[in-house]
Formats: sequence, C-alpha cells, structure tokens
Amino acid sequence: MTFKQMFTSSVGKKLVMAFTGIFLILFLVVHAGLNACIWAMDGGLMFNKAGHFMGSFVVPRVLEIGLFVGIFLHIIQGYMLTLENRSKRSVGYAVNYSKGSKWYSRSMAILGTLLLMFLVMHIYHFWTPSRLGGMGNIKALDTFVLNGVEYHNLYGEMQLIFENPLVVILYVLACGSLAYHLAHGFQSAFKTIGVHNKRYHTLISVIGYGFAIIIPLTFAMMPISFYFKWVN
Amino acid sequence: MSHTTMNLKVKVWRQRNATAAGAFVTYDVAGISDEMSFLEMLDVLNERLITEGGEPIAFDHDCREGICGMCSLYINGKPHGPWQANTTCQLHMRAFKDGETIVIEPWRANSFPIVKDLTVDRSAFDRIIQAGGYISVNTGNAVDGNSLPIEKAKADDAFAAAMCIGCGACVAACKNSSAMLFLSAKVSHLALLPQGDSERKIRVLSMVAQMDKEGFGSCTNTGACEATCPKEISIANIARLNKEYLGASLTAE
Repeated sequence: MTFKQMFTSSVGKKLVMAFTGIFLILFLVVHAGLNACIWAMDGGLMFNKAGHFMGSFVVPRVLEIGLFVGIFLHIIQGYMLTLENRSKRSVGYAVNYSKGSKWYSRSMAILGTLLLMFLVMHIYHFWTPSRLGGMGNIKALDTFVLNGVEYHNLYGEMQLIFENPLVVILYVLACGSLAYHLAHGFQSAFKTIGVHNKRYHTLISVIGYGFAIIIPLTFAMMPISFYFKWVN
Repeated sequence: MSHTTMNLKVKVWRQRNATAAGAFVTYDVAGISDEMSFLEMLDVLNERLITEGGEPIAFDHDCREGICGMCSLYINGKPHGPWQANTTCQLHMRAFKDGETIVIEPWRANSFPIVKDLTVDRSAFDRIIQAGGYISVNTGNAVDGNSLPIEKAKADDAFAAAMCIGCGACVAACKNSSAMLFLSAKVSHLALLPQGDSERKIRVLSMVAQMDKEGFGSCTNTGACEATCPKEISIANIARLNKEYLGASLTAE
C-alpha cells in the first residue's frame, strides 16, 4: 500500500476532505478571533495591529500558504468527489428519498459553491488590496504610521466596504451557507477520520452544532456592526 | 381486529431485460386485504397478469420472513417501503390507504444493474465479501465455543453488525450509491472479535479496494442508509471502518 493508493481510494479521498476540512475549521477560529478585535472600540487600532502582525510575522505567512493549499485541495477534491458520486447512478428515482437525511448534508457541494463565490468576493475586498495593493492597478490600502511603524488601515477598508447594504447582505447570506456547511461538515469530518466511540461522537456533534452557530454568527455580526455604525 | 379490503393503483417499473429501455406501467389492483404482505399483493397482481396472458412482474424474494436479504423494492421513495426497521416482505398492506397509488422502483445504482423489472444483480456484494469478509480457519475439530472469552459489550456490537442481511437498501438509499454501510457492517463484525483480529488490516484494505472496483460511491455521512436499513445497522460502523482503514493503510507495508 503506497500513500498514493491510501489517499486515492474512496475512503482515502474522504480522508483528504476531512483533514483539510478540520484544518479550515481551525483557520475559522483564528480568523474570527482576530477579527473580533474590531469590537475593541478603539477606532480599529487593535484590529489593525493584529492585521499587521499576521501580515509581517513569518509564522502566519507560512501558515497562509498552507491555508491556500488546504482550501484548494478541499475545493478540487470536493468537486471531483461530487461528480464521481453522481456518476454512480445513471438512472435516478421517480420519487426521491429525502426523509432519511438532512437537506444540508445532501447539499454540501452547493453550499460549498456559494462559499467559493463568496470567497472570491471576500479575497477581492480585503486580501488583494492588503497583500498586492500598489502592484499594477490594484488599489493600495490607506496607511498610517504609529511609533515609526507603518500600518495598513484594514479597519478603514472594512468601514468603507460595509457601507454598501448589498455587500452586507451577501456577507450575511454567505455566513448562512457557512453555518449549514459546518453543521454537517464538522461532525462528518470526525466520522471520516474514524471517531466511532459514542461518547466522543455525541460530544463532537454538540460542539459541531455550537461551532456552526457561533462562528458564522460572529462573522455575520462584523458587516452588520459596521453598517449600523455600532463600532467607530 | 377489523379486516378491510382496498383498491390500489400500482405504478411499477417494467424492463424486459438488462439492456432494454424500461418504463413505468400503472396497474389497478382490487380487493387487497390489509392483512396481506406487500409481496402477496404483488403475487395477486402477477396471478392476474398470468391469467390475462401478460408477463408477470419480476421481483426478488426468498424467505419472506425478513432474514434472507433477497427482497428489495424502492416503494414510494424509500427502500423497503414506509415502515422503519423492516424488509419489503414484512411490510403489510395496512401501511397503505384505500385508493392510494404506490410507486415501485428497483434499486438504482450502476453497480446493481437491472436484470429484469424490479430484479437487480447484487453480486457486487458477494465479490466484496469474497475479498475479505471471512476468517481463515485451519480445518480440524471445531474449537470449543467458550475457549475464547469475549466481553459481552463487544459481542453485542459484533452481533449488531452481523445482523446485516446484504439486501442493498443502503446503496439504494444513498445519494452517492455508496456501499459503505454494508461494508462497514462486515468489517466491524469481524474487527470486534478476536477471531477476526489477525486479518483485520488486509481485510479492510482488500474489501475497500473491491468496493471501489465495483463502482460504488464514497460516503458523505448523510445517514440515509442507517435510516432505511431493515436491520438498523448503525452508521457508527462506517466511522469504525474509516478508523480500520486509516490504521491499516498507515501501517501496511
């Protein structure tokens, strides 16, 4: 058994989905935690400092490469598995069996596609100007200098972008997709890596549903907070 | 208990052979007792079709007591019909109302090709079992049953997994046509017992490889299989199979 055989069997492909999924779940914790600095009520200073740390320190930069690899693998593998699984039943049923499973567990590819569409918009809004601003005709972020260190004003960029109600609505809808994607994905990932002990599985399910509510809700509150000027 | 009769419409998938194009045909079935089993209702219909010089509807059945795994049928959008933890042969006509239209389809999965009408070829399951769903035992005298002590909880779990009758309802219910509940029941049953321990790694790897070769889909943990399984095989077995696979594939040479 080679590693290639290990990860290309039907179970192995799911292992790739599960491991990358859990990695992305961990990323969401970091992302939500850092972004929560917007609620420090200090005009965004703490948030901009956190952003500066993430952008200039070597560890998060290396992890960022891992993040892109993880997202990429999760997306490609997800689509390949969906297409492959669909090809296994050429003639469908006249009456579909929908009672035995939750709609969102059957709709991971659609929820994931909505998240991918959101991701493109989100990267364009924040990551591109922050990392690639000034290159070619990509808009650069405003900067400010504090104690001789130059900071990007990402907070100001958030204020600007979330003035648009349509953007706020799209972000909140994306958080809804994320919630349902996580509601199935969180506990499914642990099943795929082999957690079958009932005690742990119950614990993971409870944590999973809690995570699927708390994290998307935290993210959704960010554009809402800016739009309604709850933060200054 | 009062005895009632009902008149039904039965919409059945008819297909002459494996390669012919199939279509739904609707039959009126009159005077069906609510105490009949579902297969007896089909028998009544078939008797009539034969009398009228038509071709009877082909469907699989054998023991008609819910233990052999031969009966199938996807009834009104659920494998084995509306009742929980039940096979089609043990489904009774009291589950339906007078005047109702019942839609009967064969298991749909490319790995279960249709032989005729509602009969599908489930030999892919046999080949998965042949790939490792057994233990190798030297011939000779039968070993005393009590020579290997097995704790009660494990014996119960192994037995619950061994309850699988291999009917294929899990594949029929799964949106991915995955055979993982079936496979996991077989792998769990033997992995939980000392008799199955020595071959556990090669077993899970060979059986997963055979399942993939047969063209079943992968598991996305939706739980449709567990919800429809006539023997209520737990989806926790799939997680155990995944653990067996991960362990075996990491440590195998």
